[in-house]
Amino acid sequence: MGSSIRDVYGAALAELGAENENIVVLDADLSGSTKSKVFGQKFPERFFNMGIAESDMVSCAAGLATTGKIPFVNTFTVFLTTLGLIATRAQVCYGDLNVKLAGAYCGMSDALDGATHHATEDIAVMRALPNMRVVVPSDAESTRWATRWAAEHVGPVYLRLSRTEYPDLYPAGTVFEPGKAKIVREGTDCTVFAIGILVHKALEAAESLAAEGISVQVVDLLSVKPIDGALVAACAKKTGAVVCAEEHQIYGGAGSAVAEVLAHAGVGAPTEFVGIRDVFTETGKYDGLLQKYGLDADAVVRAVKKAVERK
Amino acid sequence: MELTMDRQRELEALCLRFRREVLTAIHKAQSGHPGGSLSVCEILTLLYQHRMHIPAPDDPDRDRLVLCKGHAAPMLYRNLIEKGFLPADCMDTLRQLGSPLQGHPTNHTPGIDMPSGPLGIGLAAAQGMAIGLKLNGSPARVYAVLGDGELDEGAVWEAAASAPKFALDNLCAVVDYNKVQLDGTTDEIMPLRDLEAKWQAFGWHVIRVNGHDLRALNRAFDAAEASRGVPTVLIADTVKGKGVSFMEGQAGWHGKAIDKDSYAKAMAELGGAI
Repeated sequence: MGSSIRDVYGAALAELGAENENIVVLDADLSGSTKSKVFGQKFPERFFNMGIAESDMVSCAAGLATTGKIPFVNTFTVFLTTLGLIATRAQVCYGDLNVKLAGAYCGMSDALDGATHHATEDIAVMRALPNMRVVVPSDAESTRWATRWAAEHVGPVYLRLSRTEYPDLYPAGTVFEPGKAKIVREGTDCTVFAIGILVHKALEAAESLAAEGISVQVVDLLSVKPIDGALVAACAKKTGAVVCAEEHQIYGGAGSAVAEVLAHAGVGAPTEFVGIRDVFTETGKYDGLLQKYGLDADAVVRAVKKAVERK
Repeated sequence: MELTMDRQRELEALCLRFRREVLTAIHKAQSGHPGGSLSVCEILTLLYQHRMHIPAPDDPDRDRLVLCKGHAAPMLYRNLIEKGFLPADCMDTLRQLGSPLQGHPTNHTPGIDMPSGPLGIGLAAAQGMAIGLKLNGSPARVYAVLGDGELDEGAVWEAAASAPKFALDNLCAVVDYNKVQLDGTTDEIMPLRDLEAKWQAFGWHVIRVNGHDLRALNRAFDAAEASRGVPTVLIADTVKGKGVSFMEGQAGWHGKAIDKDSYAKAMAELGGAI
């Protein structure tokens, strides 16, 4: 079973709106796509369509936060983290304001719209901002939790969401902890640290590698900032080989965050990176893109074998 | 809001004192923006010392001000000291390590609600405050003080389009129209053309006013407050470097440290002791 991440987010946001009247929602003329429209239809007085003006939207949210509101800002990931960046940096993060940025179409999930609409550097940008928390859900349940946690946490939060359907992974009622990763498969030869869709690709890869006698541990990072450093170091130490897997450029993303942790902890495990390799992507069906840019289960399998060989 | 002749004279004296103390702080720091701090003096002083209702910096119904042209921070800081939100002697620490008086405003400084400095994005934040206050049922008003060079930024016009959509009659923008930006005059760098017509076309209530005339400014803010259904913008004609003859209208004094001789001359003109 799978669930559309944007649909789950839209429903979760509307649910929160019913519980907390301080929640306000902004969108930049994409509410039908981001699913913030669900909230807008239920609470029109707390929904603000800013038009195609991302900077205006993020600044407006910063202002709203100073009056006690909890603004959720919605648009495509790539526009939010580029056109909305100066307001995110200078107002939301520098001001440490209670604004939630929801990047709707992460990675290549807006597949057919092509490279201009793919968000493949957003984690690098958001992770570098002081006061910002970066959360990447990997299924319906973690999306529901992350949306709810974003509303509870006081301070800037970046939610990296997806246009696509992800397989269901966590049962209802799973307890998540802010800043904590989850081991979703135990193994002994190599750890794959993954986010988003790559958690599922890593689980597929682990299954096929098991048949070849390679035991793979899979960790769903969930929180890229702060990263669960203790768990990351412990897993790398235990398995002695590491693969980082993300739908993002290999520079500056979750893989870089893992590498920073390992370098600091002095854990010298051979590490391979599954990600987009410093190129612009292209138009195509999502699965085809994941395959072409080396983000499918086969790519994870190859990376694990390389890492294990290097031990 | 009434402005008696006595109160006007008090505010004029305050403005003169603020000009001296702001230039002194910039001179001591050997860094800062004299020109735009002097042009915005009457606007900020009338708002903070006469009009805005701020019983405490954290009062939920306080009036708010976003100094979008954040480089005029020294004049804002001097006003906040007068309000008692900052220690009286802190002007001496302007732009120094550990000072509450950062080069550009931050909300970590008491009395300031929004960081500012990068031009173009302040008006949109003020708009968010105005929306939030309306949702809260608060009578508070929000002021956004913009520079004219700042109007080169496209983001200003995003907010210019959206604020009237949300019928924010609790929002008042003020353009400190001193006609000079860093590299030269606004006409040379990026012509603003018919500024009143531009804001009108976006749906704003537009008032043209002499930005150094406290009485005229006070009347304009009254008119802004009386306006219903739309935000107001004051296009305030000002003089960059106002009050110091050799700084007036000079782009060179936009962001220049004040040397010893110039400082002495400026103080002599402003009637202050060195």
